[in-house]
Amino acid sequence: MPVFSYLVYPKPGEKDKLHRDLERLDFCETMPAENEDLLILVTDTPDDHTEKKLQLNLKNMSSLQSLSMTFGHTD
Amino acid sequence: MNVSRRKFIKSMALNSAAATAASLFPGISFGAWKRIDQPSGMIHWQKTPCRFCGTGCGLLVGVSGDRAVAVKGDPNCTVNKGLCCVKGYHSVQILYAEDRIKDALVRKNGKLVKVPIREALDLVAEKMKETIKDHGKDAVAIYGSGQWSIADGYVASKLFKGCIGTNNVEANARLCMASAVTGFMTSFGLDEPMGCYDDIDHADVFVTWGNNMAEMHPVLFSRMLANRKSKDHVRIIDFATRTTRSSQASDRSILFRPQTDLAVANAICHEIISNNRVNWDFVQKHVSFHKGKTNIGYGTEDHFAFNDKAETIDFEEYKKFLEDYTPEKVEKLSGVPAKDIKYLASLYGDPDQKVTSFWCMGMNQHTRGTWINNLVYNIHLLVGKISTPGNSPFSLTGQPSACGTVREVGTLTHKLPHGVVMNEDDRKMAADIWQVPLKNIDPKPTYHTVEMFRALDRGDIRFMWVQVTNPMVTMPNLIRYRNGALKEGRFMVVSEIYPTPTSDVADVVLPSALWIEREGFFGNSERRTQHNAEIVPPPGEAMSNTWQIIEVARRLGFEKQFPWSRETYIEDAWTEYIRFHDSPKHRMAPYKELTTRSGIQWPFVDGKETKWRYNPKYDPAAKGDDFDFYGKPDNRAWIWARPYEPAAESPDSEYPFWLNTGRVLEHWHTGSMTRRVPILHKAVPESYVEINTEDAAMMGIVNGEKVKIISRRGSVVMTASIDGRGRPPKGMVFVPFFDENHLINEVTLDAFCPISKQPDYKKCAVKLEKA
Ligand code: SF4
Repeated sequence: MPVFSYLVYPKPGEKDKLHRDLERLDFCETMPAENEDLLILVTDTPDDHTEKKLQLNLKNMSSLQSLSMTFGHTD
Repeated sequence: MNVSRRKFIKSMALNSAAATAASLFPGISFGAWKRIDQPSGMIHWQKTPCRFCGTGCGLLVGVSGDRAVAVKGDPNCTVNKGLCCVKGYHSVQILYAEDRIKDALVRKNGKLVKVPIREALDLVAEKMKETIKDHGKDAVAIYGSGQWSIADGYVASKLFKGCIGTNNVEANARLCMASAVTGFMTSFGLDEPMGCYDDIDHADVFVTWGNNMAEMHPVLFSRMLANRKSKDHVRIIDFATRTTRSSQASDRSILFRPQTDLAVANAICHEIISNNRVNWDFVQKHVSFHKGKTNIGYGTEDHFAFNDKAETIDFEEYKKFLEDYTPEKVEKLSGVPAKDIKYLASLYGDPDQKVTSFWCMGMNQHTRGTWINNLVYNIHLLVGKISTPGNSPFSLTGQPSACGTVREVGTLTHKLPHGVVMNEDDRKMAADIWQVPLKNIDPKPTYHTVEMFRALDRGDIRFMWVQVTNPMVTMPNLIRYRNGALKEGRFMVVSEIYPTPTSDVADVVLPSALWIEREGFFGNSERRTQHNAEIVPPPGEAMSNTWQIIEVARRLGFEKQFPWSRETYIEDAWTEYIRFHDSPKHRMAPYKELTTRSGIQWPFVDGKETKWRYNPKYDPAAKGDDFDFYGKPDNRAWIWARPYEPAAESPDSEYPFWLNTGRVLEHWHTGSMTRRVPILHKAVPESYVEINTEDAAMMGIVNGEKVKIISRRGSVVMTASIDGRGRPPKGMVFVPFFDENHLINEVTLDAFCPISKQPDYKKCAVKLEKA
């Protein structure tokens, strides 16, 4: 049951789109910064398989510039 | 998993991301924060200082049942105002790694085997008695740490110095703070900074001297960035020997050649005087000039002894001394362009700019550590920028209680909780408070840390008890000292929480309660004492280091000196200890007050903390109308003429690189705790060697390749990091020391500052080979 958090950087001008894209994904909670081009993403997946699928979805997201992990927990 | 616990793990994940974001983008705000950060009624939050660095952030630990499950910054703590760094956010995870030591272990037939803790404590006491009988009282020693809780250090000092009568008490803060102490003592006559972290909110200019604060004091660095963000004119100047994350976030990065900070500091003073930027009113009233011995050696030989001798000089002689340090001459030595030296002098010299200088290991781990501390004070004193909000020469401390336990309690061979063993009045005070005969307290210091481990190797010390530190990773020239600890006839006791290279050489391992598993106090960089309650129970038979020492003391027959009950011993030890500091210069807050507040700064007089010492506006001990440097007999701060002298070992044709060592953001010291936190371990799983791009290209080394680092003392193979988070200049390599599988201290040199006896981990000569 992995829990991770990330700082998520959007491609220039695509913060809102990135927010919407992330909100559409299961197992994700996002929190956009009000005054910077940055979002926090917390993921909470039930197993490693789902986690891997989610990672792949994130990788393929066109509005996403980069992710940097800030926390990880696996049971 | 319990839903509530999961919710809190998510809350930790969120907190951690928010903290990282705040350190990268000061002032960043998240509107949805409150919605997600609601605490559940099942979690109790309790305050504690952070277990890691000397910043001393206040934390709130969330407890569910008997387990700590979450951390957030304590908004009531003025140090961090609710912020934490990545280590702080993950700190409770250090309690729960699988290989936690929960039982006592005793070596039998070469193997450590579990025994009841009573049996282990009996053996420790018996071995101490036997060693004292056979080899004398100075054959037993205790080696502690700036991570000792204040009560740990206090009872250690009372038992060894007061009851047994040996001054064989040292702590690893000798390796990180001793030059700061001797710097303060020689310049001001009293230890610890005059200013406080509020200086960060007031300063216009920050100069960081060899200090990568973005990684080592991240929360303070964030406060600096926040100040700069809120005011257009604020500038941060990074003055260092390699390019780091701090350099990248600063307005200017100025690089100097190792050891030449001595010359540059003198050149800044030269420039301040030649441009008539001296604050004469301040200097004439509050400063006196002095010189000491020169060509003072490096302490690489056993039994090295040195005593400085101060001579008073006048301003003219000081000015003449500085003639050797024109910016142009110093440019040749230091590699710092004369225009940059003049720029630094102009910042310090501008009467309209408030300047704060920060430093830590870069200046302290230095064979002339005391001198470089003196020289930066000289700059501030010449321009009178001291002891007022924003004007602060600020020596940061590395460990959470290097100040509280080692410097204030005095767990160093020459120190007592008040004063020094050499002073009869100080010994009388200690004998009176400790209820021991005056003759018990030996007026002669014995061994500073390096010499203590040399004495263990020689056989002058036969029994050593190590608590809360990992010397078999951290001692410079490590091979000698590890072999020494393993010799026949040595008995090593190690109080630990996880297996380490130090517990590997132990004859007895005592399981310690860690941080919030026991009640305690830390004292941070800004004279702030912070209390924590026992928040969660310790595992198995683990007990606090304080109680371990009390148990052994009683077995040695010192029940009278240690009569306290297990319920109240921390309060009792604190109440007794603060009698040593009962004057307006250093009065500490009473126990009850400390239990309710997120830290209190001393001197604490009539219910008020002291933010700026030596200034009568803020300091109850200061007299007069502007400043009162009451630590020195002439009531003045001392400017010292201290020359440039080269490092103990410099690169040559055989060993052409400087080796510089240090830390990284994610790992605390030797990594014995943080490497057991999965996220921190994953972030930096092993140590590496940073190599300059051109040097790497010339040697055909690519990123990730294995490289052998070789010195005259040893060698280690590591992965190359080129253009990574730190970038050394040509001719230097840098290695973090947190990794017990890559012992860089087998390569370093045990040269030290002859005044402070603090080793220089930043400079020795090495060569590189492809492995
Ligand atoms: S800055 Fe230091 S004291 Fe503050 S949370 Fe990080 S490690 Fe702990």
